[in-house]
Amino acid sequence: MSRKLLYEHINVPGIETFEVYRQKGGYRAVEKALSSMSPEDVLEEVKASGLRGRGGAGFPTGMKWSFLAKPEGVPRHLVCNADESEPGTFKDRHLMTFIPHLLIEGMIISSFALGAKDSYIYVRGEMMPQIRILEKAIAEAKEAGFLGENILGKGYDLEIHVSPGAGAYICGEETALLESLEGKRGNPRIKPPFPAVSGLYNRPTVVNNVETISATVPIINDGGEEYAKVGEGRSTGTKLISACGNLKKPGVYEIEMGLSVEEFIYSDEYCGGIARGKQLKAVVAGGSSVPILPANLITTTANGEKRLMTYESLAEGGFETGTMLGSGGFIAFDEDQCIVRNTLNFARFYAHESCGQCSPCREGTFWLDKVLYDIEYGKGSQSDIDLLVNIAHNIEGNTICPLGDAAAWPVASAVRHFREEFEWHISHPEEAQTRNFGVGPYADPLVSTVTE
Amino acid sequence: MAENEKKIKIKIDGIPTEVPEGTTILNAARQIGGEIVPPAMCYYTSLEETGGKCRTCLVKVSKGSDQNPKPMPKLVPSCRTTVMEGMEVENITNPDVLEARKGVVEFLLINHPLDCPVCDQAGECDLQDLSYEHGLQETRFNYVKRTFERIDIGDKIQLHMNRCIMCYRCLYVADQLTEKREHGVLFRGVKSEISTYIEKALDSDFIGNVIDVCPVGALTDRTFRFKNRVWFTKPVNAHRECDKCSGNVTLWYKGEEVLRVTGRKDEYAEVHEFICDTCRFDKKKTSDWVIESPKKVQHTSVIASNHYEELKPPSVIKENKKLQESNKEQLSRSERYK
Repeated sequence: MSRKLLYEHINVPGIETFEVYRQKGGYRAVEKALSSMSPEDVLEEVKASGLRGRGGAGFPTGMKWSFLAKPEGVPRHLVCNADESEPGTFKDRHLMTFIPHLLIEGMIISSFALGAKDSYIYVRGEMMPQIRILEKAIAEAKEAGFLGENILGKGYDLEIHVSPGAGAYICGEETALLESLEGKRGNPRIKPPFPAVSGLYNRPTVVNNVETISATVPIINDGGEEYAKVGEGRSTGTKLISACGNLKKPGVYEIEMGLSVEEFIYSDEYCGGIARGKQLKAVVAGGSSVPILPANLITTTANGEKRLMTYESLAEGGFETGTMLGSGGFIAFDEDQCIVRNTLNFARFYAHESCGQCSPCREGTFWLDKVLYDIEYGKGSQSDIDLLVNIAHNIEGNTICPLGDAAAWPVASAVRHFREEFEWHISHPEEAQTRNFGVGPYADPLVSTVTE
Repeated sequence: MAENEKKIKIKIDGIPTEVPEGTTILNAARQIGGEIVPPAMCYYTSLEETGGKCRTCLVKVSKGSDQNPKPMPKLVPSCRTTVMEGMEVENITNPDVLEARKGVVEFLLINHPLDCPVCDQAGECDLQDLSYEHGLQETRFNYVKRTFERIDIGDKIQLHMNRCIMCYRCLYVADQLTEKREHGVLFRGVKSEISTYIEKALDSDFIGNVIDVCPVGALTDRTFRFKNRVWFTKPVNAHRECDKCSGNVTLWYKGEEVLRVTGRKDEYAEVHEFICDTCRFDKKKTSDWVIESPKKVQHTSVIASNHYEELKPPSVIKENKKLQESNKEQLSRSERYK
């Protein structure tokens, strides 16, 4: 049984209420931070913990916090990014639904460390029940004196505001989120200036993911050094993984970083293997925007090592043979799934969610969608495959925000690893409408065909 | 410019220059001039906060600064990146930049109607120039383009969204020159469009400037539409006393008739003194104006087909061996004009 840091008490009945959460040791971290630590001490603990952003990019949180500009007389803000809309990722929604006080507690600690007096939780608009849950939790915490003026008599004031989004994936990008929070159209801003210097209402702002902020609670409770002992190398602590797809037991799991991918898929403690006795064909390891990998590359890296659930191990091999931990949206595909159809589905999602501000993303995502639609429905030609790669290449890295990359990577990686299936779709247009390609060579033990 | 102002030394395509602190790479390149200036579709000098959207001005920063000489990992938009001491920038000497730019131009064109023969902007269209320089000879896009209906926004301006490349310039004009912006972007992604709220008319003293800033034929002057092709008209600089604007304009003559009035565009097709709608739409008699001189037209422009300026050999490439080698294509094109 691996160690649980966030979800230790997740199965206690009534943990979503303040009383039960408090009985189980909740808000100890706030008491500790406010009574015996300075904001700098909290920052040092977070730095020592090696915590990395859980929203996708994996940037060290302590370093991000230390970049925050602190000009005299200008308020600073902490914004929690709860605009979780990546296909395959649903860990933040789970956390907010079942243990909302963990997030509120983390918000208080993080705001204290950053010196923020007004903090915001930007929740995806579709998550109305979670917004109500958070508002109730905030009211309870305020009632108990953990929010509002002069918290615990220590002279620190904090208000947390919950703000609903209006249903745009792009508003999960931090600068688009800030625009949206200010009441404007959610277009990403052109950086620099970075939010740490000029963010919400042009004030210094830190934007963190729900899970990142929640992870500060065990860090303060046990100390940063202790937190850093969990995990593997530079990937410290635990990670929430939302597993879905053709698995026996899909769901949200808290894992210690460093667990092997094979164990995560097949062990009964976690996903319990592939559903209905089928064979694993492919895995998207970190939400729809990371490169898709065939089964033989997800369990072992190209140089034959065991692949682990860490930032480094999943990225082993770069984009040629690796992927990314991303936001922890683990999607498993069995032999009955069609990679072309799935790639079309992702491409369509990004075409729909592109904000339309910069040309490579606006036009490129639209084009990818069109080409993939033709291939899937038997109207493609063999040259379309290279066209896809070329379009993806032209989008990648040339856009304002990472949405362009997120749209390009799944397509580029699907073609890179599953080219035979794309070619089969085009050469057998009628057959492809009636049956799937099957598992093909993708689950074979690693052979030299996958090295480029 | 003050004497004591700090000057920053940078190199663009190997050509050294000194510019004041806070200058963008694009403006530094424009000070050098010639072939090394990155094209820009959305950046507009006289409008604040423009730029960064079209991605045609992407360049490679091969050396960040003297302090931190690491190259920047991605291509950067030169219109929104400020220079640092010792920075080295590669524009036309870097194959990646040229390739990325070709890609961007292709993206801009996939949903553009390519109906130049019936477009009023033809001849003075930034996108036309850009695709001539960097575009492919054939299209790889075999699908139905997105289409919109034409909308008359007000009695003087027509909006044809099919041609729009979403540079957002017209929004900044309304934000910065008029009292209230009444048009904006609706929807998102490829479906996004410039529009007014339920086709409301735009009505403001300076709103006509959206026509001047539009790099393509999406916003056109209804008083000039289909009257003539720009290359048959003769541009003449003129001015008048105006209590709202500077009154410095360009008149476009066909014979003795003034067909239209626009702001004075510089060599990068940018207007620096915006004019009011009275000057633009209501003063179309020679007697309203004091004529100054014929407008200088670049020899590469089709407007110059029967015009005045001397032909100049390409300025920068000619003197620089390194640039000559990496830009054979461009050089041969410029040589043709001689």
